[in-house]
Amino acid sequence: MTAKLLAQSLLSKPVTIPAPQPDEAALAELAKALNERSRAKLGRSLTIREVDAGSCNGCELEIHALNNAFYDLERFGIKFVASPKHADVLMVTGVVTKNMEFAVKRAYEVTPDPKWIVAVGDCAAGCGVFTENYAHLGGVASTIPVDLHIKGCPPQPIDLLKGLLALLETAAEGKRA
Amino acid sequence: MTNLHTPWEPNAVDVASWEGLGRDLARGKYVLTSLWGGRGHVSMALLDPVSGKSSVAHLPVPDGTFPSIAKHYLPALRLERSITDMCGFTPVGCPDPRPWQDHGVWGVKAPLTDNKPHTDPPPPYTFLPVEGEGLHQIPVGPIHAGIIEPGHFRFTANGETVVRLEERLGYMHRGAEKLFEGQDISGGAKIAARLSGDSTVAYSLAYARAVEAAWSLDVPQRAHFLRALFAEIERIANHLGDIGAICNDAAFSVMLAHCGILREETLRLAFECFGHRLMMDRIVPGGVKVDLTRDSAEKILAWAQKTEKHFEILVDLYDNTASLRDRTDTTGTVSAELVTLYGAGGHVGRASGRQFDSRKNTPYPPYDRLDFEIPLRNTGDVNARVWIRICEIRQSLSLIRQILNHIPEGGIAFSLPESPPAETQEGAALVEAFRGDVFIWLRITDGKIERCHPRDPSWFQWPLLENAIKGNIVADFPLCNKSFNCSYAGQDL
Repeated sequence: MTAKLLAQSLLSKPVTIPAPQPDEAALAELAKALNERSRAKLGRSLTIREVDAGSCNGCELEIHALNNAFYDLERFGIKFVASPKHADVLMVTGVVTKNMEFAVKRAYEVTPDPKWIVAVGDCAAGCGVFTENYAHLGGVASTIPVDLHIKGCPPQPIDLLKGLLALLETAAEGKRA
Repeated sequence: MTNLHTPWEPNAVDVASWEGLGRDLARGKYVLTSLWGGRGHVSMALLDPVSGKSSVAHLPVPDGTFPSIAKHYLPALRLERSITDMCGFTPVGCPDPRPWQDHGVWGVKAPLTDNKPHTDPPPPYTFLPVEGEGLHQIPVGPIHAGIIEPGHFRFTANGETVVRLEERLGYMHRGAEKLFEGQDISGGAKIAARLSGDSTVAYSLAYARAVEAAWSLDVPQRAHFLRALFAEIERIANHLGDIGAICNDAAFSVMLAHCGILREETLRLAFECFGHRLMMDRIVPGGVKVDLTRDSAEKILAWAQKTEKHFEILVDLYDNTASLRDRTDTTGTVSAELVTLYGAGGHVGRASGRQFDSRKNTPYPPYDRLDFEIPLRNTGDVNARVWIRICEIRQSLSLIRQILNHIPEGGIAFSLPESPPAETQEGAALVEAFRGDVFIWLRITDGKIERCHPRDPSWFQWPLLENAIKGNIVADFPLCNKSFNCSYAGQDL
């Protein structure tokens, strides 16, 4: 059964989409945010630790989709890891709830330098539906410094991909410089 | 035909009848649909499992105390702890007075009533004691290893075997119930759509139906069919994701890859036909926001055919891979008694023989005119929960074809009343999300939400996960957890 399915998959055309162009706005935001030294160390391989700080899980669903055969994130040398200690990038979604503040800060502290913080979704950017109240601190920038915002409710995988490619480009340029 | 409009009749009760309801719950006379508080009242929504009749009981709490329901009926426990956190009321006789969503860092107490400043440092949280020889504890979370929501799991294990799991949730608490206060109808709809993103269609539907119940509004027939169409597409997308992820947690990643393709094609279909991959904000009080074109209907039929063909190959693969079935068979079992006691909905209840689906038991249009059955399994293990999902995907594909066959022509929304009733109206609704029945109760005064209480199906599923993992090995926890796939955000609010 497995063999038949694998053979069929091998013989059919891949569903994977061609790589999109990196997002222009993201490139501009990153150029401001990053210094040459940190760029030089990252190169064309990035590991991401995803942290949900208070999202509705809509963003998580679309971040998950980056790993499916259509977007196949790993072909770019970008992959998700299980621990912030193994990560170059913290990808944070949601408003930062007060109940999660300590965990978000701790994840930030144990992510080795140089590190980049990507805030995903409108809530994480501080412009979502969950407006100010007693239970959360607002967008991710309220708690840790953010290098790149990818907006949307939730952002589509293609937008996430464009943002991450911009990150990769910026990192690679730094290496050459 | 069942009364499809507003079966959740409100009743004022006194302390004695409130206690009586607690005892009735313990005897299994009713199923607890939800328990919540607001300014000056605690409330309970009940369902009669035999007749399908439903009602809401309101008890005034002039002195800030009310008789505990959890004292008689444990499934009410976490909801009762949440009432103390959110409203500051004391459930007298509650067997567990620990806070639930309030981790002591909000800077306020009882945000839904007094909302008084509170700056004391958070008290330590005491986990239940576990004693015995050779036991060790494994704390996991709030941040987990995958791309998932946060929560804390405290395992006590003997060697590899889990002796006890205690969950501590609330990390995703965003103050959703407070944010509902004072919103107009459309502002409330935006929040409802973002309580649990994977069930955005179901929540929007529950919210819309609750508003429509409160204001006795009608919805065009075509809108009913479109709502069901969105809901069934959402169900298929989520079940596909779950089946792939469960198999992946048993290290059988080829299923994840193929289910991932089917799920992505489903989300792309939703985007092409309705303009949003998760169909967020497509259902609104009064109807729906986006119509179905002839072209879209054809696309959906073609997708259904393609998905069915591809999916049946995967079902065969799942069923005939011995190494995979070895992981899912007899793993993480939940008994029929427990799912009945907890009134657990969705795949968790139906995999353990609880025949409840709000589309059937408390029917709402257009399901009363569609032909479908509730799939049921009795083994209550991971395998049964996978099979419920498999059967439901098949069922939903059939429902989608029926919807496309029978959908009437006409408008897709009625406008809301220009001058909303000034006096307070209340409404409630129960609808079937992919994970089980979502309940929303609300009060509207002069066009503004006074209080809105959403109850995720996870409230009655999370406690059963603690039971399901007992006696299993730690390494099987991800598998059990994924087979439940409870919502953190929907429960933490």
